[in-house]
Amino acid sequence: MKKFLAVLHARNMEFLRDRSAMTWNLAMPFMLVIGLAFTFSGNNKEIYKIGIFGGIDTLSRIAPELQSTKHILFIPYDDLSVAINKVKHHQMDMLVDVSATPKYWVNSSSPNGYLLERIIRGTEGKLFQRQAVEGAEIRYVDWFLPGILGMNMMFSCLFGVGFVIVRYRRNGFLKRLKATPLGAFQFLLAQLVSRLLLIMVITTVVYTGCNLFIEFNMQGSYWDLMFVTTLGAMCMISIGLLIAARTASEEFAGGILNAVTWPMMLLSGAWFSLEGTHQWVQNLAEIFPLTHMIAATRAIMNEGATLSQVMPHVWVITAMSTVFIAIGAYIFKWE
Amino acid sequence: MSHIISATHLVKHYPGVVAVAGLDLAIPKGICFGLLGPNGAGKTTTIEMLEGIHMPTSGTVLYKGEPLGARYREEVGIQFQHTALQEFLTVRETMELFESLYPRTLPIPDLIEMCSLADILNRDTRKLSGGQRQRLLLALALINDPELIFLDEPTTGLDPQARRNFWDLVTLVKSRNKTIVLTTHYMEEAYALCDEIAIMDKGKIVSQGSPSQLLSDHFGDVVLQIPKTDAGTKVFELGLSVVDAADFVEIRTKQLHQALKQLLDGGVNLDRLRIRAWTLEDLFINVTKKNIKS
Repeated sequence: MKKFLAVLHARNMEFLRDRSAMTWNLAMPFMLVIGLAFTFSGNNKEIYKIGIFGGIDTLSRIAPELQSTKHILFIPYDDLSVAINKVKHHQMDMLVDVSATPKYWVNSSSPNGYLLERIIRGTEGKLFQRQAVEGAEIRYVDWFLPGILGMNMMFSCLFGVGFVIVRYRRNGFLKRLKATPLGAFQFLLAQLVSRLLLIMVITTVVYTGCNLFIEFNMQGSYWDLMFVTTLGAMCMISIGLLIAARTASEEFAGGILNAVTWPMMLLSGAWFSLEGTHQWVQNLAEIFPLTHMIAATRAIMNEGATLSQVMPHVWVITAMSTVFIAIGAYIFKWE
Repeated sequence: MSHIISATHLVKHYPGVVAVAGLDLAIPKGICFGLLGPNGAGKTTTIEMLEGIHMPTSGTVLYKGEPLGARYREEVGIQFQHTALQEFLTVRETMELFESLYPRTLPIPDLIEMCSLADILNRDTRKLSGGQRQRLLLALALINDPELIFLDEPTTGLDPQARRNFWDLVTLVKSRNKTIVLTTHYMEEAYALCDEIAIMDKGKIVSQGSPSQLLSDHFGDVVLQIPKTDAGTKVFELGLSVVDAADFVEIRTKQLHQALKQLLDGGVNLDRLRIRAWTLEDLFINVTKKNIKS
């Protein structure tokens, strides 16, 4: 018992005296709870989603009864084709256009669309013209596949690069390399390329293997998909390099890596769509590279988007990678 | 005499600590130079500034008369006190990794033979014994055929046999006209390997020269050892300089004849008397006023 208590005390002191690690261990769950509480705050119990093109104010003026119906979430859209596409793939139950002659789009094979159609006829009579949309429902597995693959890449790249470099620094291997003609940039580039190759091979194997059984929906080009995921992986690795650029504390690095990965996991749209959440949450999600990678891969796989159509996401990921790598290489220390 | 590396007014400050306090050093080419000192004397800080791993707070380090630069990294070999290696690699793969980092290298088979690594070439580096690991680390330090080699406490933690095997290896390296800078806690190691030593204390060099020269400079007297059972208590009453050791007494004197006469006259049994040579450990304690084992 005495030995146990001695070891227990020593470990406790080690943890308590590593202030950076302790701070993160305290701050991380605190920020997570607060963040989630804000993100999913309110008493929303919406069951149906209706997209609005032409402004919610216009809707409340011409169809006040529909607008005041409970348990319907109204989501404004600026792009009619994007919104129609959502109805087509069952990602939205109905689209209402109040910009000119009032009309609505509904997918003939959507049960929720059918019920909403009954509601809109009951509340507004024949005010809206019916526009039918045909399209198969995107299975949930097809919808979350890009998220699953993206998250796996994120964890592998961030922890596989960030943690390993911190361990190298801590055990003196980096110091040994410093004594050779090897440059910091060469070292970092080797880490980046190594992880990039590994993660791309792993992701390809996982996708191909699962595809044999599940037959994923793939509307776009595999080359475009490969290009976007490679860029995304590079961006994740560059974040790992940045985090590992200086610290020698594995616990501190672990705290930072968790602080980066958890918000990305929750808010990048990997598990659920952020449509209907607070606008600031959606804006916040835009700063995460995973958000852009998942959005671009979903668009390619599920909607058949071309590279030029996902180019805004590509530019954001590329810019982030460049900035993170540049800062990481600049502030990198062997010891 | 040409100096391969020299340091002038070297100072290194850490927050609240002066690790090295104005050190001047010049190491001639082709010798084995030993840097000794008690724990916290500043040896590792000094050697790491000489290696170019740490920048001095002030002062300069010159290699062949030039500031340390890219050429230095290519021409110097370093064995750190604590070094981890890339995990999951074999001895051969580790050597090949380091070989690829230098523009000019020794043939790996030569190094394998020199450092007796043939039997462990395919072994995971995490599974090496202490002696095997040190031989591999020395091979890595020699892989670029360096002119200057730093060995920072290379035999700490090794058993006596492994330590002596390592000494043979260092002697072999030295015979190839390499300059070696060695730090060690083992005085017999410094005596066996070093042509010149410097003893550091509190961030400064307090004594420097060849081991034999330093011993003769510091110790003009002779040490007589007599077992306690033979010496009895009488030896303490003769007015001699007597040190009470574990199971014998030591008498230090500059007048051997006079001391022996006093001992005989005092009735001390001298049948098992021995004359002990002064060692570097005596010198070390003398100049640092500390016991290295403490």
